[in-house]
Parts: sequence; structure tokens; C-alpha cells
Amino acid sequence: MALNTPHAPAITAAEVTAPATGAQIAAALREAGIAALLTLGLSIPILAFKTEQDQANALYLQPRWGMVAAACALIFALRFALCLRAARRAAAPARPKAPASPALQKLFGIAVPLFLGVAVTYPMLATLASGGLGGARYWIDLGILILTYVMLGWGLNIVVGLAGLLDLGYVAFYAVGAYSYALLSTTFGWSFWLCLPLAGILAAFWGIILGFPVLRLRGDYLAIVTLAFGEIIRLVLINWVDLTNGGAGISSIPRVTFFGVPFDSSEDGFASLFGIPFSPMHRMVFLYYLILVLALITNLVTIRLRRLPVGRAWEALREDEIACRSLGINTRNTKLTAFAIGAMFGGFAGSFFAVRQGFVSPESFNFLESAIILSIVVLGGMGSQVGVAIAAVLMVGAPELLRNLDFLKQVFGAGFDPNEYRLLIFGLAMVAMMVWRPRGLVGHREPSIVLTERKAIAGSLVKEGHG
Amino acid sequence: MSDAATMPAPAQATAGRTPLLSVRGVKTYYGNIIALKGVDLDVHEGEIVTMIGANGAGKSTLMMTIFGNPRCRQGTITYGGRDITQMPTHEIARLGIAQSPEGRRIFPRMTVFENLQMGASIKDFTHFDEDLERVCTMFPRLKERLNQRGGTLSGGEQQMLAIARALMSRPRLLLLDEPSLGLAPLVVKQIFNVIRELNERDGMTVFLVEQNAYHALKLAHRGYVMVTGSITLQGTGKELLENPQVRAAYLEGGAH
Ligand SMILES: Nc1ncnc2c1ncn2[C@@H]1O[C@H](COP(=O)(O)OP(=O)(O)OP(=O)(O)O)[C@@H](O)[C@H]1O
Ligand SMILES: [Mg+2]
Repeated sequence: MALNTPHAPAITAAEVTAPATGAQIAAALREAGIAALLTLGLSIPILAFKTEQDQANALYLQPRWGMVAAACALIFALRFALCLRAARRAAAPARPKAPASPALQKLFGIAVPLFLGVAVTYPMLATLASGGLGGARYWIDLGILILTYVMLGWGLNIVVGLAGLLDLGYVAFYAVGAYSYALLSTTFGWSFWLCLPLAGILAAFWGIILGFPVLRLRGDYLAIVTLAFGEIIRLVLINWVDLTNGGAGISSIPRVTFFGVPFDSSEDGFASLFGIPFSPMHRMVFLYYLILVLALITNLVTIRLRRLPVGRAWEALREDEIACRSLGINTRNTKLTAFAIGAMFGGFAGSFFAVRQGFVSPESFNFLESAIILSIVVLGGMGSQVGVAIAAVLMVGAPELLRNLDFLKQVFGAGFDPNEYRLLIFGLAMVAMMVWRPRGLVGHREPSIVLTERKAIAGSLVKEGHG
Repeated sequence: MSDAATMPAPAQATAGRTPLLSVRGVKTYYGNIIALKGVDLDVHEGEIVTMIGANGAGKSTLMMTIFGNPRCRQGTITYGGRDITQMPTHEIARLGIAQSPEGRRIFPRMTVFENLQMGASIKDFTHFDEDLERVCTMFPRLKERLNQRGGTLSGGEQQMLAIARALMSRPRLLLLDEPSLGLAPLVVKQIFNVIRELNERDGMTVFLVEQNAYHALKLAHRGYVMVTGSITLQGTGKELLENPQVRAAYLEGGAH
């Protein structure tokens, strides 16, 4: 690698610093101006007025021209930058694109241990940063939320990313898992550790139930049916009042215990068992590590499965179903295992959700959840484990971060809540991804096995060439 | 098409035995359109049998029908004495039939090595290294590219990969749909040599669909000619090569 460096970077450096010509800037300005005008036109009916009620309960319109101006300025700036970039790129001499720059690969190489390290020490870091266990509550809660989505993303990744089956109803299995734990624990008083595998099995069972009717479907049709399946499960949860208590949900679900030891201030509680002062945060930290372990299990199982014939068959199925069959692969069973295993992890995550919240209701399992999980998988790069993790952090963590950025409140007004703009941000993120990384954050597929022999061959060829 | 033009039945050597693959009165439809109008065909153990015919004659359809996708609406297909007409495709493959289908159908995002692993799916991987070595000596181009993604191979390399992948399952019967498509003349020769070698050395039975009529008929023991869904001529490779109808329709174009 060191030998190559003198040649390659010289070109890239020259290209990056190539200044934009006046004509390019003018064209970009024009484009940006048009885009800003369009935004203005669009935002007059959408953004410019807000209906408010006065004391007499009469509606009146409150103009919000500041917001319109901000939106137009933002679009103008983005469009300008984009045009300039595109123009410069078109003007630059075409150069063969390197498959993946070594720097990027190195980055991914350290990304995994870095992520893992941060994930494992996160509660400590949060405690240190916020000066006490109590203050870290918000951060640990956020960590739990992110990890839940990481796990859901990894679970759905098996179905969508590996097997290529577009599933828009994944939240159904999340719901099955959550309600399994909620019902089993409140009805029979079974512990979390017994209910967790049961919830997984039940979700897998429902995965197979969904799998059978959609075996022959692909692409859009599969998406529609799975979408309907997700809605059916939710509607059943709402309407089967005898079992699920309908829209009111199930409350007072038993809290998680430390392998039987409750997290409370009593004599037999976790704190007195370990002789430490009681804090309600112990349970949070435990929940954090629980979901971390569950997510890592999902990841390890997926990595392992990819190397086994069944995992390879999933990926081959994604690429070419007919070829799979003529190679002797039972595509029906392959699809069903993908649905079942993906659903099982959704079920695990669901029962974790139930034990964390202590309350489940059908409203937690609407289509938006499925859409978020699917966006995480798609943004992550369809099949890449690291990509999914990064995407989950961005998708779930970013709106929370925005909430804490005070200067946004100064720009958009005190009542500004980024969570309300979550969908808008998702949309922007999707568009940005389509423009810059159409194949996802980690778009290249890691082979499940890399032969080291190849290096030897390549090496010998190089030597021959130089000799 | 007249009776007089039809060649005598298969060569003597194969006359009395039951064929390895036999297709009887097979009719295949795409919706309402008939693609195969009652095809009879035999492939005996140890033979190379070729089928030639114009574009759209139904050659690929026959090959896919043997694999149960699409299914024939009438007729029977037997393999090794078993009726496979209604058998699911993957079970047919498990009986020891492998296919290099039209359009290659390799897995583009998987590496060459993974593609070959997929070819060996129905085996228990005990002979995997041995078989890998074998196809690598057959196609040295693949050996250099084991870690390259299938979709980034050149067309000819993809064709080699499709054949190599089919061989990884150690099939008893190998179905090849236009293996010479898009290949340089020299590579065509190589591929045909490989087929001959597989047949002579390993005793593999081969059923070959080809546009390259001259090479195919020279290589094959027996051949069939298909015209719009029916077999119109059959005979040994030599007979067909000398047949004036075949010469007029498939050889005068200067394929050799
Ligand atoms: N999936 C399909 N749906 C409808 N018609 C089809 C389908 N596949 C093939 N056909 C039709 O069936 C006929 C036979 O096609 P087939 O692919 O078997 O031809 P072929 O002999 O292999 O031709 P070629 O030499 O060009 O590959 C053609 O008329 C074709 O249009
Ligand atoms: Mg064809």
C-alpha cells in the first residue's frame, strides 16, 4: 500500500481543489433560486399559517413567515451545494472508482470494536458525563431505545437484507412478542426468563403463518400482503377485548428481575443483596445490558447463519430464486426459516419492550414502527450488520439530539419539538441517501468467506510483473 | 418434416437400453400459448445429446420443463426409471441433474467461491475441495477470481462459472443451455473440449442446447432438431451434419 501512495492521491487532491467556474456558480445559483421559489410556493399553504384559538375560542391565522424564510433558505443552500458538486464532478476527468478506499475499510475495521466498546461502557460513560446515576436516566433510556431498534433492525435484516423478502409488517412480530410476555406473565405469573423464549417461539410460529400464504409473492405484492398482516395483528389486538383488553392495553406487567431477585428497596432486593444503596437506576442499567446482550445474540446468530448453508441459501434466494431451485434448494423452507428466525428476534425484542414499559397497547405497534425499522435496514445498506447499527443510532438518536439543541428553539420558536418533524427528517435523510449513497451506508456486501489464497496469487502476479 | 426426412431411430449402441432421461409427449403452455407441442426425446446414460433449432423454437422451454418449471400440461418425463413429471424442481435437482440455464443465472452479489458453494448445496461438502480443484483446473480464469463478485465477471467468465457451478454437484446428467453464447471462438472450443472430457473421462451424460450447430453436432453422439415446439429431425450427430435440410437451415450461415 505504501508503494502506491505517491501516485493516487495527487489526482484526487487536484480534483478537489479545482475551483468552480463562474458559469457553474451562475447555473447553480439559478437552480437554487428555482428550488427556493418552489419551496416558497409549497410552503405558503403548508407552513405559512397556523390556526390558533383565541380566548373566545374563535380560530384565527397566525402567520409564520420566519419559518417559511428558514425553509427557503435551507433549500436554497442545499440545492446550491448539490448543483455545484454535481457540476464539478461532471467536469472532473472520469476516473475509475476504487472499490472501497483503504481508509474507509480501515474505518470500518475499527468501527466494530469502537462501537462495541462504547456500547458496553455506555452506562458508565453516561453516569460520568451527567455526574451521577440518577442524572444518567435520560441517556440510559435513550441507549435502551436505540439498542431496541438495533436489535429490530438486525432481526428484520435477516428477512429483508439477507433473504430479500420485503416485509412491511415486521412490527406484527414485535407485537406478538410483547403481548406474549404481557399475557403469560399477568395470567400465569411466569417469569420473564421463561416467557422470553416462549415469546420468541410464538413469534416464529406467526412468522411461519405469514410465510405460507406469501411463498409465491415477490417484491411489491409481498410488501402489500405483509403490510396487511401487520395491520391485521394490530386490529386483532384492538378488537379482541377479552384477551387483550383492547385499546386500553395491558398494564402492571411484572417488572424485570435480576434472575429472580427484584430491583426494589426490600430486604431481598437487588441492592441489599449486593450491599449497595438502593437506586431505581439499577433496573435501568440491567435493562440496558439485557437488550445489549439480546442484540448481540441476534448479531452473532446472523453472522453465524450467513456462513452456514441456510444463510447462503437466503442470500442466493435474494439474488435468483429460479437458480436456487435448480441447484436443489428448497426455496419454500428457506423462505419460511427466514421469516421464522427474523420473527423470532422480533418476538424477543417485543417481550423486552413489554418488560421495560410494564405496559403494552396496540398503539405501540402501528405501521410507523414497521416503516422506521425498515428504513433502518434500507439506510444501513440491506444486509450489512454494521450499517444497520449505524442507521439505528442515526434514526433514533438524531431526533433526540435535535431536541437538545437549544439554538434550534431560538430559530424556530420556543415550542419547537423536533420529534414532530421526525418524519420530515426521515424523508430528508432518505433523499440524501438516495443522492449520495444509493446502496445504503454500508453498501458493499461482505463475502461470507474470503479465501486467503487469493492474496498469494495476487502477490505472485505482482512479483512477476516487476521481475 | 415428412416421414422420409426423419432419420432412423437412435444409434444401435443405445437401442435396447432404457434411457436415463426420457420425455414422452410433453406439451408445455405459457398461458394459452403452446410452446411444446408434444415432444419425445431420449437421453441415454453416457451420451452427449444435442438439440438445435431456431430462436423461439422451444429449446429452453424443454430444458426448463424437464426441471419442472414451467410444468408440462401433458406427457411424462422419467429420469432413471422414476417419473419426475410432477416433482418439485429442487427434488429433481437432488436426483443428480444439474443445469446451466439460459442467461446463466449466477448469483451476482456473491463471490465466485460462494457461487460454487451454492452449486454444491445438495452435497455434504466432503468432496468440496476436490471438486473445487477440478473446476479450477478446468477453468483457470475462475481460480484467479474466486473472491470476485459474480456480477463483475465478464460474460464469458460468467458462462464458465455457470457451468462450473453446475458441475459442483457431481451430476449424473448435465443440462447445458447454449454454453457457447457470447464466447470467443477459442473459448467455445475450450468449453466444448471440457464437455467432451467430462463425458469421456467421467462418463457424464450431457444434454446440450446449442445455436452453434456445427460444433454441437460434431461433439454430440445424437442430435434433435426442434422447430416451433416439435421435434422434426433426429439422428446421430454425423447424420444430421450431412442432412441437406439441416445444412440448409442451420449450417449454411457459415457457422464453421
Ligand atoms: N415466460 C414465458 N411466457 C410466455 N412465453 C414464453 C415464455 N418463455 C418463452 N416463451 C415463448 O415460448 C417460445 C419458446 O421459447 P424458448 O425460450 O424455449 O425458445 P428457444 O428455443 O430457447 O429460443 P432461443 O434459441 O432464442 O433461446 C417462444 O415463442 C417464447 O416467446
Ligand atoms: Mg433458449
